[in-house]
Amino acid sequence: MIKQSALKPDNAAFRETVPAGEYFLKVVKAGQTVRILDLEGNQAADTLFYNAHNPSERYSAADTIREQGNVYLTAGSRLMSSENNVMLEITADTCGRHDTLGGACAAESNTTRYALEKKCMHACRDSWLVAVTEHEELGMTKRDITHNINFFMNVPVTADGGLTFADGISDAGKYVELEAKMDVLVMISNCPQLNNPCNGWNPTPIEVLVWS
Amino acid sequence: MLDSLNSAAPLYDDLIPGGSHWSFIMRRGHVLRLIDETGGANVGMLMYNPENPLERYNMPDTLKNQHTFLLTRGHVLLSDMGRVFASVIRDDLGWHDTVSGTCNAELVEKRWGKKTYQEAHNHYHRNGSTSFLNELAKYGLGKKDLTANLNWFSKVQTDDDGNMAFDANHSHAGATVDLRFEMDTIVVLHTCPHPMNPASEYPSHPVRYQLFKSAPVNDADPCKLSSPEATRAFANTALYHLFQ
Ligand SMILES: [Zn+2]
Repeated sequence: MIKQSALKPDNAAFRETVPAGEYFLKVVKAGQTVRILDLEGNQAADTLFYNAHNPSERYSAADTIREQGNVYLTAGSRLMSSENNVMLEITADTCGRHDTLGGACAAESNTTRYALEKKCMHACRDSWLVAVTEHEELGMTKRDITHNINFFMNVPVTADGGLTFADGISDAGKYVELEAKMDVLVMISNCPQLNNPCNGWNPTPIEVLVWS
Repeated sequence: MLDSLNSAAPLYDDLIPGGSHWSFIMRRGHVLRLIDETGGANVGMLMYNPENPLERYNMPDTLKNQHTFLLTRGHVLLSDMGRVFASVIRDDLGWHDTVSGTCNAELVEKRWGKKTYQEAHNHYHRNGSTSFLNELAKYGLGKKDLTANLNWFSKVQTDDDGNMAFDANHSHAGATVDLRFEMDTIVVLHTCPHPMNPASEYPSHPVRYQLFKSAPVNDADPCKLSSPEATRAFANTALYHLFQ
């Protein structure tokens, strides 16, 4: 569902550009709104959310889609935690559909999806693993890396049980906006994937904005 | 291969009552057979590598590698390390769910009411999430290891807009799934209801499981050849076993 936001970037309390292949890590407080902006189009922002005070409570893809009865995320979707709490709600979306079934790329999944020789190519899970090891104060490890949201990715499911990675429906300037319902740690890998035609083999930067 | 399995006596045969949980380690080269005794069963399942439990079943990698939303015969169940925990070598139903997660205490109470041990003894209303945690703790694992699970015998279909629907008449008495393990695997099971089951009474269906020795896996194996992705996952698994 397409829903524009009334928030003005000039009034944002925080703005940061995240190049492809980099990670983004920040606590967004309950009541704050975070926008992820696809600057150049058809980029994938692989995103994980954790309870900022207890990261063993985290975003759950399965609980989220089941509780809303729909496999796609868009404006109105409430993102559920592994403890059955609403973590965030998507309050604006100019893209219309986001994926949470496809997971993130990893060195190992690159070997199976593309070719065994692709194992040393930079992948989203590498970015997350660097993020959690560079922030020891969080007490997080690979154990905390779980199923994510792929903002701006289009992964259609068919009635007969097929699943495809289709061309992106995003474009330069499209965004998704989420209001935090609890203090959440936002961990994004801005995807460095060079093997998937969805981004035209050209990973590009995103921008993250937060309004208080 | 399937016929030879059918005629062989299982190495072990056991029944898990409805609304219960159990776990064990499968060794590679063995088959786990799950049988829906009464029809309408659901088996929640998680998998971990006993050598390094950080390696665990990965729902997104399993689905996207095989371009599928459902699981059935010919599919492989992948770990997050690009390897094959198990291959689905027999399936009587054609559709098993791995996207809907599992029921939790709140969901069970809301849908089917609370039934405590004090009042119902072993017929109390267990939920999938607590059941998984109960078994995971036996291996030193916990909440952080609780990941998207498999739901054997359950079917959840989507329409063009992505709306999900649970098929309440999917599985029949005697329906069987055979999983051939390609790696040593901690298998965690529960027989709690599928979280989308609309039944008015707490659905409690026993599930039989049997263990068999599997026939050797050759290069013409249908699961190994089911997709280039599966073939590469088998290659990764063979590399993992290089020194064993
Ligand atoms: Zn990626």
